[in-house]
Amino acid sequence: MPGYLMIESRDPFDSGDFAAYLALAEGLAKAGHKVTLFLVQNGVLPARHGARSGTLAALAANGVEVLADSFSLSERGISPNRLVPGIKAAPLDVAVDRLADGCKALWH
Amino acid sequence: MKDRKTLTFLLMDAPFENARTTTALRLIDIAARRGYDINVFAYEGAVCLPFAGQKQHANAVHGHDVMQEDHPLPREWVEAVVQEAARNGGRVDWVNCGLCVDERGAFDSVAGVRRGSPADFWKMATSSHNTLVIATK
Repeated sequence: MPGYLMIESRDPFDSGDFAAYLALAEGLAKAGHKVTLFLVQNGVLPARHGARSGTLAALAANGVEVLADSFSLSERGISPNRLVPGIKAAPLDVAVDRLADGCKALWH
Repeated sequence: MKDRKTLTFLLMDAPFENARTTTALRLIDIAARRGYDINVFAYEGAVCLPFAGQKQHANAVHGHDVMQEDHPLPREWVEAVVQEAARNGGRVDWVNCGLCVDERGAFDSVAGVRRGSPADFWKMATSSHNTLVIATK
């Protein structure tokens, strides 16, 4: 089963939908689906230690693969060595891998 | 469905406005480098991405002339991914929504762009391995 690719481009202080999107990821994972949450653009901001990073760490601990686009991190001066536990830096190629694998893809 | 991967992208953002355009073209570029077949359906403001009339400009605030400013143009990015896909044995089928083009008067596009309708998007999606819709907010 290919699973889900959920791309998050918004930061939680800009979009109230951020929490709902993460809740969807959590629900899909709890239902037994493989879920990749791929953070891009300002979506990578909560990948660093901060007020809204706890939810992402909890998602990762509960089986969601949480990845942060290396380019977006670099643009914002966020070191891949300083991400919250469970979140990994990854090239955008991984998102294309998931698309090619047939993951159901969502963009937010 | 053939073995070579086919991906479809739907874009909606106008050029020079949002980072989504950059990310979308980055995704398409990666697929082009892999030699995938790529479909792009440009809807609403995204029909201006390949608009051939885009021009670089100077930046008086920074004291840069046109050459120094070297302002990026999305039409060049579109041309680049079309060429990159062809170099790697793939292709980009870029369809601009015709009504969206008419609304904006964006008739003059770079090579490799054709006019179509949302029905083309349906055909693209149903004949692809996967589809990603990158909508505006």
